Amino acid sequence: MKKAEEILNDVDLQSPKKEEQLFRKGTYCYSAPLKHQNYLGLPNPREWNPADLDWKLPKNWKEIILEGMAKLLKRHRSFRLFLDICVRCGACGDKCHFFLGTGDPNNMPVLRAELIRSVYKRYFTVSGRLFGELVGARELTEDVIKEWFYYFFQCTECRRCSVYCPYGIDTCEITMMVRELLNLVGCNIQWVVEPASNCFRTGNHLGVPPHAMKETFDFALDEIKDLTGLSVEAPINRKGAEILFVAPSADYFANPHWYTFLGYLMLFHEIGLDYTWSTYASEGGNFGLFHSSELMKRLNAKIYAEAKRLGVKWILGGECGHMWRVIHQYMDTMNGPADFLEVPVSPITGTRFEQAKSTKMVHISEFTADLIYNNKLRLDKTRNDRWVVTFHDSCNTARSMGLLEEPRYIIKKVCNNFYEMPENTIREKTFCCGSGAGLGADENLEMRLKGGFPRANAVKYVKEKHGVNMVACMCAIDKASLPQLLDYWVSGVEVCGVHELVGNALLMKGEKVREKNLRGEPLTD
Amino acid sequence: MPVLYASLLTLFLILIPGIGIGLFNMKALFGIVVLYGAFLIFISGVIYRVIIWAKSPVPFSIPTVCGQAKSLPWIRQNKIESPHTSWGVIKRMLLEVLFFRSLLRNEKGRLKTGGRLLFYRNLLLWFGGVLFHWSLFIIIIRHLRLFLEPVPSFVEFIYGLDGLFELFTPPLLITDLLILLGIIYLFFRRLFDPQTRYISISTDYFPLMLIFAIVITGLLIRHVQKVDIMGIKAFLIGLFSFNPSLPKESNTIFYIHLFLVATLLSYLPFSKLIHMAGVFFSPTRNLKNSSRMERHINPWDYPVLVHTYEEWEDEFRAAMKDVGLPVEKEN
Repeated sequence: MKKAEEILNDVDLQSPKKEEQLFRKGTYCYSAPLKHQNYLGLPNPREWNPADLDWKLPKNWKEIILEGMAKLLKRHRSFRLFLDICVRCGACGDKCHFFLGTGDPNNMPVLRAELIRSVYKRYFTVSGRLFGELVGARELTEDVIKEWFYYFFQCTECRRCSVYCPYGIDTCEITMMVRELLNLVGCNIQWVVEPASNCFRTGNHLGVPPHAMKETFDFALDEIKDLTGLSVEAPINRKGAEILFVAPSADYFANPHWYTFLGYLMLFHEIGLDYTWSTYASEGGNFGLFHSSELMKRLNAKIYAEAKRLGVKWILGGECGHMWRVIHQYMDTMNGPADFLEVPVSPITGTRFEQAKSTKMVHISEFTADLIYNNKLRLDKTRNDRWVVTFHDSCNTARSMGLLEEPRYIIKKVCNNFYEMPENTIREKTFCCGSGAGLGADENLEMRLKGGFPRANAVKYVKEKHGVNMVACMCAIDKASLPQLLDYWVSGVEVCGVHELVGNALLMKGEKVREKNLRGEPLTD
Repeated sequence: MPVLYASLLTLFLILIPGIGIGLFNMKALFGIVVLYGAFLIFISGVIYRVIIWAKSPVPFSIPTVCGQAKSLPWIRQNKIESPHTSWGVIKRMLLEVLFFRSLLRNEKGRLKTGGRLLFYRNLLLWFGGVLFHWSLFIIIIRHLRLFLEPVPSFVEFIYGLDGLFELFTPPLLITDLLILLGIIYLFFRRLFDPQTRYISISTDYFPLMLIFAIVITGLLIRHVQKVDIMGIKAFLIGLFSFNPSLPKESNTIFYIHLFLVATLLSYLPFSKLIHMAGVFFSPTRNLKNSSRMERHINPWDYPVLVHTYEEWEDEFRAAMKDVGLPVEKEN
């Protein structure tokens, strides 16, 4: 691994240089294991390796791709329109974190799209058929497939380019379409297919079976007992509860997600929420989103199905980014209508969540912000005094939902020290962590660090200016990837969820004097 | 290379009517047939493209949200960048189409020594775009005075406003200069900004050159080799009332101007210039951010294979019972 000072040496944004050798170690993700391809029933299942010359594509691969393209063009206005109307003005060029971190021109959104636009022109437009290269059309070859795989698994579907494009052209849409096409000939990555397959079988990405999940919950409850002296309950699969709570599974298995998990449990206990977790719908995240709309729907179906089985009134969702893209923009369309549920009403404040009246699922930060606004929580900000906090908007909650103020409101109510990163790196202009859309693997670490560089750079700025030592976020992928990213580029800055900070500040009835925060560290230095 | 192709093509296009009229005086071809043909291609081409887009559905609600959504009543919503009503969407689209709002966000990233990434506000592209498109729009509006009798008052008004600088007779029109400025900026930006140069292909340079040539020939017949405006108007009105007669005008530049406009019209539907119509269809901008409030319907939705609760419990029942988790069936 190169050092932070060296990794940018060959990056020159002013004279973009194309990557000469695709599939260099550290830049790409491994292929999906056969077992999981088979479990999900994916096309052309086989053992293969992107670094090999022979990708073992089916004999009629070209026909399959072109037929697939014709079908997608018919099904998605976005796809055809975005291929048709780009004028290559270049406004998107330096908005992509992967371009800013690599200087590779194919990472400019306009050229990423051009990788397939050129093929679209050749096979689906009159001018491309007639004039070929002159109008930017090109033949579909195996090398094109490889290029697609390389660069469309180097897009985190963060939608930042779409904010800056005068036509709103969304590279995320293009990437989703190309990944659908690659699936048709069996080309997808381990870090997408394996979690999706796990989720399909066990209910969550990590493949945790229900009994192991129960044990983890018991472990968390013990920890809370140690910290607060309180016996907290975590109802699981309880029929007749008012609310089903669904969080990304990383929250109860990974670090630093774990402390957010503790935060949820403490909050729900304190307000006496009538709720339940589920082991069947034990995953809020949805790696199907990074694979195909069909797989997204297959995985997402569990949430409504479980809400129906348990007989809850509505659903509350935890801190996660892409999970909320699916819930906000896809779930109701795919697996609704949720007419067996009720319009969400907070049992504590009586607030009716009008913004979720059809989907019937509320984001935890909407729920908690409402609690705090109505003075239902007693909070001691000083318990977070150890931290100087900044907030990283996750791409999906920012650009697909517009959930911007809720988390900020909460943070300001539970922390004394809060500073924003520069304006052009937050809210709708937020920079991706570099590991979204299924790219959070180990084998592509170098690429992830490059992709995360703009985000880290903004954190470094507030660290130097304000002494920021904690990045709060509401995304499981962020929580998994930012610690490593910040260690590499910044060092000395930690990562937490918003509900970890809530858990720290929350004054609970009957709790003992707290000496430690949820991480088991002294409350102040 | 792309610039070379584009310039050769433009020159070639100038030569066609240049030779056709200059040497062979083919007025019927360049004055009537070509124009009717171009209009036919333009109208049917645009309709064809729009129908194709309109026919393909928008299966999911995918607006790109650029501001605070409608949420709790005490949180201030950004009603334009995160609209939850159709009126909000209309405002968002108008700002986008009329004022290129998204380009106002533009900034340039620069990597400084020591690995510091800095961003600079950059409104030049916005400015160049506005200059070009608005000038073009006004020029088209004031050309209406050559097609309509009596001339509508707004056209007269715009024409008068545009000609405020009465340096010459007829007055030099401001938008003619502004559009040239816009085109020159956009052209040299493509040529000299390294990132933009890298992404540009011949079909990016060609429309700029074509429109540049149209403006120049237009200026020439207005100010240098002046044409008989009343004669041209009679010709154009005849053309548009489907009662064409051969134009009396013998100025070759006039026919070059006409031919290049005809080329632009027939090129537009089959090129990136169709963004003119396409921008209105963009689902990331023209959809409401209300997908949790109102159900969006996918017309091609189909049932998928799911892993049901029953199948799932069958696999894990024994272990669940061991740790005391409730189950539906005992075995």
